[in-house]
Amino acid sequence: MEKVRVLSARFDLPDSHTIEVYLRTGGYQALRKALAGMTPEAVIEEVKRSALRGRGGAGFSTGMKWSFVPRDSAKPKYVIANADESEPGTCKDRVLMEKDPHAVIEGILLAAYAVDAHLAFIYIRGEYWYLKERVERAIEEARAHGFVGANILGSGFSCDILVHPGAGAYICGEETALMESLEGKRGYPRIKPPFPAVVGLYGCPTVINNVETLASVPPIILNGGDWFRRLGTEKSGGTRLFAVSGHVARPGVYELPMGYPMKRMIEEDCGGIRGGKRLKAVIPGGSSAPILTAEEVEQCTLDFESLVALKSMLGSGAIIVMDEETDIAQVVYRITLFYEHESCGWCVPCREGTRWMRKLLERILRGEGRPRDVDLLYELARNIFGTTHCPLGDAAAWAVYPAIEKFRADFEKYVRASAVSVSAEPSGVSGVRRSLAV
Amino acid sequence: MLSTETKERIQRIIARYPVKRSALLPVLFVVQEELGYLPDEALHEVARWLDLTFLDVETIVSFYTMFHRRPIGRYHIQVCRNVSCYLCGGDAIREHLERRLGIRPGETTPDGRFTLSEVECIGACSWAPAMQINFTFYHHLTPERVDEILASLP
Repeated sequence: MEKVRVLSARFDLPDSHTIEVYLRTGGYQALRKALAGMTPEAVIEEVKRSALRGRGGAGFSTGMKWSFVPRDSAKPKYVIANADESEPGTCKDRVLMEKDPHAVIEGILLAAYAVDAHLAFIYIRGEYWYLKERVERAIEEARAHGFVGANILGSGFSCDILVHPGAGAYICGEETALMESLEGKRGYPRIKPPFPAVVGLYGCPTVINNVETLASVPPIILNGGDWFRRLGTEKSGGTRLFAVSGHVARPGVYELPMGYPMKRMIEEDCGGIRGGKRLKAVIPGGSSAPILTAEEVEQCTLDFESLVALKSMLGSGAIIVMDEETDIAQVVYRITLFYEHESCGWCVPCREGTRWMRKLLERILRGEGRPRDVDLLYELARNIFGTTHCPLGDAAAWAVYPAIEKFRADFEKYVRASAVSVSAEPSGVSGVRRSLAV
Repeated sequence: MLSTETKERIQRIIARYPVKRSALLPVLFVVQEELGYLPDEALHEVARWLDLTFLDVETIVSFYTMFHRRPIGRYHIQVCRNVSCYLCGGDAIREHLERRLGIRPGETTPDGRFTLSEVECIGACSWAPAMQINFTFYHHLTPERVDEILASLP
């Protein structure tokens, strides 16, 4: 498979974040093309043809999402770029915004043109404050060149972009929670439907896409949807950024075509498992994605279909690699800490369940687990799954029960060890009390 | 309690949003930047600017972890404990920081210089183990590198 750099094409250029470099390398040509000669419908059609699917986690068709926005609505429409990247393992949007903020801005403008929005927001997690500043500077550069603001390039189309900081809540990466947060409220997810395309920010039609998704749009408009789709697979078009972390020799953010073999990525692109050790497991799409065994990795390709077939998901494209010495129970414990901390507290199964899972795991890891605790943990996770109104509960469950199914020994060894120590413990009952009583 | 300059900055932020309340998080950040934390008095003032009640603002501040209701150290060290950092030795970094600073996560040094926090993923997974000091990222940490970083802080 040919490795074409679409999203990362500018990453290695000096000052890649400046508008000068962006313009020198084809920047804002897609916007010119769209504004000069394409109808909004034609832009949506091109994006549909590209088979671009959301890079934030859910993997929904971007063109479809845009087409759901009612064109005849009298309400204002909004575009939101979701840059609330917070899922453990995921750090690719950070690189994208640092190295090529104008690609995100141009993608936002194309989305806004497609759905007739005149105000767009970039919601960036607060911890990425330096990126908020960088993206704001890029917007001002774009404004000075006539790409942002009123009457863009004399086309009559106007759009402004506002960067909005999150404040340390993973749940705000969920699209409806993000809108609540942007409205100045607690980040509690809304019940869907209605979907944001119809009832979104301020009750108005809203397109919300991950920043990488939006950055993929300019090359699609410039080179055509068919070109982009052919870079990947039939149903997962294009290339995408994969954030690789954990026990590989060269962790980092890699751009690879959809459909690329996971094994090859680990061995060739990332230099294999560090220290010459063997692969034990991979979490393939951020901490929410069910874990894969080394055998499953052999047959896995980096596209939405392959991961679904393995009952996992490509999610945010974060690949967490673990070597043979990794204790999966400890890894799962870390992830339960995360979900307990990030549960917004709205749904009981998630709020109470994540805490209970964490406490149960602590008991197991302390060696105080009862023999049935592993089954209890499994059942608990199964019972959280599907019972919460946003996917955080499902994510917390997915981090746990598939890991028990596939790596049960890693959990049971603690329980077995504790069973031995319990039976070897002196009883402390001497019978003295009875004799004293006599 | 806030400087004129900060108040003007806040008015400019509010003016950018189609709905006033949307300015709440950015305004709170600006106030916290000046005061270092968010005392009751500041929340009352923010509520007045945005036509909200004190409770409206309080309930937001308590939901988001980046807001502080009490003063914290000049340097807020946030060491990541989540999965990618854990796999790459993040626990040893936290332990080293605890030893060096003589405090546990959630505590501040008596001189008010450092506050240590254990945080969930900060988005530095491919360059683990990592931490943030205030808003600056530090990657590929080792105990030696942590010592250098601490010594370099003004």
